[in-house]
Amino acid sequence: MTTTTKTTTRLDVPKTYKLFIGGGFPRSESGRVTEVRDGEGRFVANVAKASRKDAREAVRAARKAQPGWAGATAYNRGQVLYRVAEVLEGRKAQFVDELQRTEGLSAARARAQVEEAIDLWVWHAGWTDKIAQVAGSANPVAGPYFNISVPEPTGVVAIVAPQSQGLLGLTSVVAPALVMGNAVVVVPAASSPLVAISLAEVLATSDLPGGVVNVLTGDPAELAPWLASHADVNALDLTGAGDLDWVALEVAAADTLKRVIRPEPGIAPETPQRILALTETKTVWHTKSRM
Amino acid sequence: MAFLDYAPAPESTSILSLREDYRLWIGGEWVTGGGEPFASVSPSTERQIATFAYADEGDVDAAVRAARAAFRDTWGPMSGRDRGKFLFRIARILQERARELAVAESLDNGKPIRETRDADIPLVAQWFFHCAGWADKLDHLGLGAAPQPHGVAAQVIPWNFPLLMLAWKVAPALAAGNTVVLKPAETTPLTAMLFAEVCEQAGLPAGVVNLVTGDGATGAALVRHPDVDKVAFTGSTAVGREIAKALAGTSKKLTLELGGKGANIVFDDAPLDQAIEGIVDGIFFNQGQVCCAGSRLLVQENVHDAVMDRLKERMATLRVGDPLDKNTDVGAINSSEQLERITRLVDRGVAEGGEAWSPACELPQEGYWFAPTVITGVEASSTIAREEIFGPVLSVLTFRTPDEAIAKANNTPYGLSAGIWSDKGSRVLAIADKLRAGVVWTNTFNKFDPASPFGGYKESGYGREGGVQGMQAYLKAGER
Repeated sequence: MTTTTKTTTRLDVPKTYKLFIGGGFPRSESGRVTEVRDGEGRFVANVAKASRKDAREAVRAARKAQPGWAGATAYNRGQVLYRVAEVLEGRKAQFVDELQRTEGLSAARARAQVEEAIDLWVWHAGWTDKIAQVAGSANPVAGPYFNISVPEPTGVVAIVAPQSQGLLGLTSVVAPALVMGNAVVVVPAASSPLVAISLAEVLATSDLPGGVVNVLTGDPAELAPWLASHADVNALDLTGAGDLDWVALEVAAADTLKRVIRPEPGIAPETPQRILALTETKTVWHTKSRM
Repeated sequence: MAFLDYAPAPESTSILSLREDYRLWIGGEWVTGGGEPFASVSPSTERQIATFAYADEGDVDAAVRAARAAFRDTWGPMSGRDRGKFLFRIARILQERARELAVAESLDNGKPIRETRDADIPLVAQWFFHCAGWADKLDHLGLGAAPQPHGVAAQVIPWNFPLLMLAWKVAPALAAGNTVVLKPAETTPLTAMLFAEVCEQAGLPAGVVNLVTGDGATGAALVRHPDVDKVAFTGSTAVGREIAKALAGTSKKLTLELGGKGANIVFDDAPLDQAIEGIVDGIFFNQGQVCCAGSRLLVQENVHDAVMDRLKERMATLRVGDPLDKNTDVGAINSSEQLERITRLVDRGVAEGGEAWSPACELPQEGYWFAPTVITGVEASSTIAREEIFGPVLSVLTFRTPDEAIAKANNTPYGLSAGIWSDKGSRVLAIADKLRAGVVWTNTFNKFDPASPFGGYKESGYGREGGVQGMQAYLKAGER
């Protein structure tokens, strides 16, 4: 932006990086921001720094959106997740640029991360209408009963995303939660807030209902305790909380018996177990004793 | 036009840009066939749509060789992730071109645009989308780690759901890593040719899908080709039997989706309004040219008259005519041969003591038409209670007890589908347990989904299409 030739000079219009809550992009109610600078110390952005109240707002939005998302057909959810991959592919350059600026990656490494993230969305898109058949069962009980077990979403999932590989790490925890119909409140890597909010823009334009994913850029150490103790959160994914006092978070989560995924290695990404860890098994009995 | 009649609402054919003649699609090239080209006509007008190449034995051999080469060089070695991406692309292009495909299908097959637009084509796209997701998840199909494709799949499909049957065959085969040679039905080759264009748009490597148009002899040459590893056939039980005999003693894997004579059982506690819709959907969907059609209505004796009255009232509102009219419920019969078969069987049914009834409806002068028909007073031994009619003709039988309903429903060499209508969940599930049919619909009928296995018992064939079971049919356990 230091070009001196008058005819080619154009002043950039930088983006304001805000939170993503309930399908909208509000600033933090706290009015706080975190300054982001690139590897050479140049100012990049003032990213919104979410507060406890923002986290509560995000949980409320997630709870409201969750039944609708879970109620969509598996095929529909699959198409929406695939759409995320399509839209992401079209905006690859932007993500490469943001990763280069925040993670100091070479263009090739940044591109590789973005492409891996896109493929991971595709992988998850394919699971929506399959995991129930792989993990569900028809149970041969000793009596005249029709008896089947099916996985269902657990509800609202709060996530501390991996602290490295901002886009890929975020995808590896958010996508599996979405497969079966959970809603998500996620704290992305503190070091990669730009791609997190840009991914939110992708989600917002991929027919994902507002509130299904909520992104709180900010300090994981500050936000995680509120999410861990929030009574309306069903599961806590601590994959990226390895550097925090995660045992205290797990203890807090136990108050409302949240399902907890422990910090890395926790449950490996890109496995059905990762998807199933955020589901409940429902078994339905139906008599067939009276013809 | 009387008050409350429907004005014509034809879907425009301007969305189509068809060629005058179509060739074979082998190794990614359009190839002239060795035999005499043949025409496909629109069953509703008898007007020629286009001509199609006739694949002789040499062409079939070339197609199998192209499929083998692609299996060896491109598709076989490709990662599941990339195979999946190609299939997702195909699914998306099918969705983008859905209206065009629906119009082409209605034109070539004669089925109403309402069905091609709302059922056939959306299911086609869904099938590819579903199978695309399996391509990189084969380890989870219960066959152990790294299950392997068979190789070259020979697939022969019928004319009743031309593009949908193509999807049921091609999508799982490709997802599993096989390459295919597919022969569309002689009277409905059009949408398969459009599918070749879809594959081209998706950039699918040459030879992964090969399409050979022709007749029964083409299909026979294909399934008998020595370099074919897997055969999948949907069609008549008679031809299925021939294929099973031809493949006996060979290493070829075989799945068959054959005929049916589905029982649709209505109990006296059924929600009658819904049941009537289900009966109508069960036998008049696609003019009854459906292997899983509910062609035998088994109605509990004490509600027989009430059901018949309501059914006839409902049938009188069915609009028969131009398949491209958006208000049409019942379109044209696919061919003159099929029309002749339906007519012959209905005459036989009446000669054997059945009473045929059709609503007053004016059938078009040109084309192949058969009015929706219900035949009452049918005995379990009657020809029309035993033979598959494959037309808009419902045979009605009665029963008194659940045991009698089960016995009558199972009294057929077929075993593809059945329907049960009752408000009592316990009864519905108990009856479903005892029916010898691969698909049992309760308080619904003719539902299909790529996640749900479909296929028959007994002489309705073997193997399942859809879901885990459908994928397994195109794989073998990995070598350790």
